[in-house]
Amino acid sequence: MKLQKKGLGAWGIILLVMLYTGVLIIAPILALIFGAFSEGLAPALKTLGSSIFLDALWLSLKIALLVVAVQTLLGTIVAWIIVRHDFRGKAFLKSLIDVPFAMSPVVVGYMLLLLFGRNGFLAPIIEPLGIKVAFATPGIFLATLFVSLPFMIKEMIPVIENLDRSQEFAAQTLGADGWSIFWRVIFPQLRTALIYGMTLTFARALGEFGAVLVIGGGIQGRTETTTMYIFRSLDERHFVEAYSAAILLGSFSVMIVLIADWVKRREEKHQSQVETIERL
Amino acid sequence: MEISLDHRQIKARTPEKLLRASGLLYIGLMILIPLIIILQDGLRQGFAELIHQVTLPIARSAILLTLWTSSLMTIINAVMGLMTAYALVRFEFPGKRVLNAIIDLPLSIPTLVTGVMLVMLYGPQEAIGRFLLEKFNLQIIFAQPGIVLSLLFISFPFVVRNIQPVLQDLDQTQERAAATLGASSWTIFRKIVLPALIPPMLSGSLLSFSRAIGEFGAVVIVAGNIPLKTQTGAVYVLGAVESENRLGASAVSLILIGIAFIVLALANLIHKRWGSHK
Repeated sequence: MKLQKKGLGAWGIILLVMLYTGVLIIAPILALIFGAFSEGLAPALKTLGSSIFLDALWLSLKIALLVVAVQTLLGTIVAWIIVRHDFRGKAFLKSLIDVPFAMSPVVVGYMLLLLFGRNGFLAPIIEPLGIKVAFATPGIFLATLFVSLPFMIKEMIPVIENLDRSQEFAAQTLGADGWSIFWRVIFPQLRTALIYGMTLTFARALGEFGAVLVIGGGIQGRTETTTMYIFRSLDERHFVEAYSAAILLGSFSVMIVLIADWVKRREEKHQSQVETIERL
Repeated sequence: MEISLDHRQIKARTPEKLLRASGLLYIGLMILIPLIIILQDGLRQGFAELIHQVTLPIARSAILLTLWTSSLMTIINAVMGLMTAYALVRFEFPGKRVLNAIIDLPLSIPTLVTGVMLVMLYGPQEAIGRFLLEKFNLQIIFAQPGIVLSLLFISFPFVVRNIQPVLQDLDQTQERAAATLGASSWTIFRKIVLPALIPPMLSGSLLSFSRAIGEFGAVVIVAGNIPLKTQTGAVYVLGAVESENRLGASAVSLILIGIAFIVLALANLIHKRWGSHK
């Protein structure tokens, strides 16, 4: 859409915007790319192949996958009841879902420490059972679950709102039970959003740092995630290690989100084509 | 009991009830209980003690640093976000699609990685960092400008993505009429376009402010951890937890949560009242 003739003002705005994004976003990204490979590819590859890094990466992946599984199931359920059910306190429930967006990750880790730490509120219950949460994998899992909680729910709510209910009624009239209505009628309409929500959750879970630092403690070989590995390497002035791990984590997160974006856009395009054909 | 299933509800009641119970239990256990615990712990010694804890010099300076760096970021982000959204919707120029894709990048880059990037660009050992320090005596890393920069990076998408859809849907007949009557493009922007964009700009800015209040990963790398100078609220909480200063940790946590929640609620209110799509 060419709506205005481009005067000096328009070009001024365009230039300013380009300059701003260039300095603010592009320059730091380029700095990381050049810095990580400043001593060639070999040291970076050596870091990424070291067992300490691979342990950290493996822990991050395990936690993130588990978080995605829980969030997919329970997040979809929460979105479902928000759209389809009426109950007292629904507005309150909806505002609770925003809480992780506005809460500092450090505070999240600290809250879990208050619950599960040495003198924590739940210590009398979990200690006799021999369950260790703080400074152990379950704590990291819970922290990551907390910070990534809104993504799936926020992604699913509009999609469930837009479900075509006449198809559900039709299936029911034809005698389908609830289970087959879900799998055959509802699930296909949710699939794209599910994949997108899972990807966002996964990326957020992989990148979590503050909460994991406080509750996990970053014990090398036991509770050290990828972000903790980067942090410790910086602290010990092992810059090549820190930079190459950072570039791997950053590019991986960006890549999966870009792929999910692409899938979503393709689906939307397909959808609108189908609608056009149906209208004809 | 409340009426849970309206007459259009098609499935058997029991599974739906089970769904609702598990959904409520999940949110209750995951979010409500930790919130209650920190509220209880922060107010354990009474409100006066909470105030005392957050007005101790180091805690107070950390909270104030968080507030002013977040405010400065919010103002810059509001102005630049508005311009970026305007350029993306109203102008054609080479590189527009790339620019549009770049805006979302901060959402998928882990904030710790953002911090590492900024250190590699502006760090005292790097070319640009040294240049700025020697020529302009401007220190960015381990100083306050670094905090503002990292907050700008992580919150760049919020204002742009809030304004874009509103601007796209804006009816342009008024603008055309004004142009026919001889109004300059600056007058048209100020009198017709800007008023429509104020609500999404405001809600986006407030959203980025509430995000910035708690930001940790990027800030801890960029700012270092110098009490009274570059220690933000979130970094203070980390230090208090590590030195087992439970009173201080809980008090500053509560203040951060309180500010972020109020601002977030305000953002949601504006969004709901003046909606992104009228």
